Amino acid sequence: MSRAHASTAAPGRLLALWHAMHRLAAPRHFYHFAGRVAPWLGGVTLTLFAAGLYGGLVLAPPDYQQGESYRIIFVHVPSAWMSMFVYVVLAAAGAIGLIWRVKLAESVARASAPLGASFTFLALASGSLWGKPMWGAWWVWDARLTSELILLFLYLGYMALQSAIPDRRTAARAGAVLAVVGVVNLPIIHYSVEWWNTLHQGATITKFDKPSIHLSMLIPLLIMALAFQLYYLWALLLRLRCELLVQERRTNWVGELVESRS
Amino acid sequence: MSMGEFFHMGGYAFYVWSAYGLAAVVLIANVLLPRARRRRLLRELARERQRADRSR
Repeated sequence: MSRAHASTAAPGRLLALWHAMHRLAAPRHFYHFAGRVAPWLGGVTLTLFAAGLYGGLVLAPPDYQQGESYRIIFVHVPSAWMSMFVYVVLAAAGAIGLIWRVKLAESVARASAPLGASFTFLALASGSLWGKPMWGAWWVWDARLTSELILLFLYLGYMALQSAIPDRRTAARAGAVLAVVGVVNLPIIHYSVEWWNTLHQGATITKFDKPSIHLSMLIPLLIMALAFQLYYLWALLLRLRCELLVQERRTNWVGELVESRS
Repeated sequence: MSMGEFFHMGGYAFYVWSAYGLAAVVLIANVLLPRARRRRLLRELARERQRADRSR
């Protein structure tokens, strides 16, 4: 069916939308789309970071128990949330690649892994820097901390697998299996503070009743969370462009792109 | 609040600023590295094409 017909009736419009999405998923279009969107995402991300940092470091009052040390929360909690969110993306993109052989999904998974590992590292490191003054220890083998450390190993294992298998599509499939199996770790991380008696404090924000955190702290925390989320999208687009160039290096459009630049 | 007090962080300066510093380093690196990699890739691909053109 030609695209010219698909614009009048409602099903026609749906079809046009489908074509547009299909077109965007084509590596060539996605490469240019990402290049156009990335600077805007970067600008919005930096603005949100500035607002969140000002709110969290300057406007928010000190905690009545933890004093100023609690300000680590504004990097710790968003990093921890992102470490889990990116893992969901990794596993979902992996599964889509596994089932439907969508190349773009495979690239999303491959590009997400180092970002997820970065967030997990930041969650662990900032938690350690918070734990030392509050608990008196850099590290304890507590259920929350241990399951988050396992998450870091899952990311590192995924990345090791990608660099160990030269064929990218085989690597994507092997990585997807690892990522999907590793999903069992996510509920363990989330519920660890309820299932086990841990040193780590329970949920303060994602409780169903009222969050036990004051608005002057909650608002900068949510702004930082949004900033981290957009940052991930931004960094993901930058990495995806590289992945697409490598994956498509033998195609005409990359050839034309290289030609036009030299 | 003075600037000195702000940086002092109620005695927790080392912990608070280390956490923020680490985050800054990791997040900035994840933007700069892919940019550098893309430029390197495009240069490599250009060289590959030149070699292919010469051998043709």
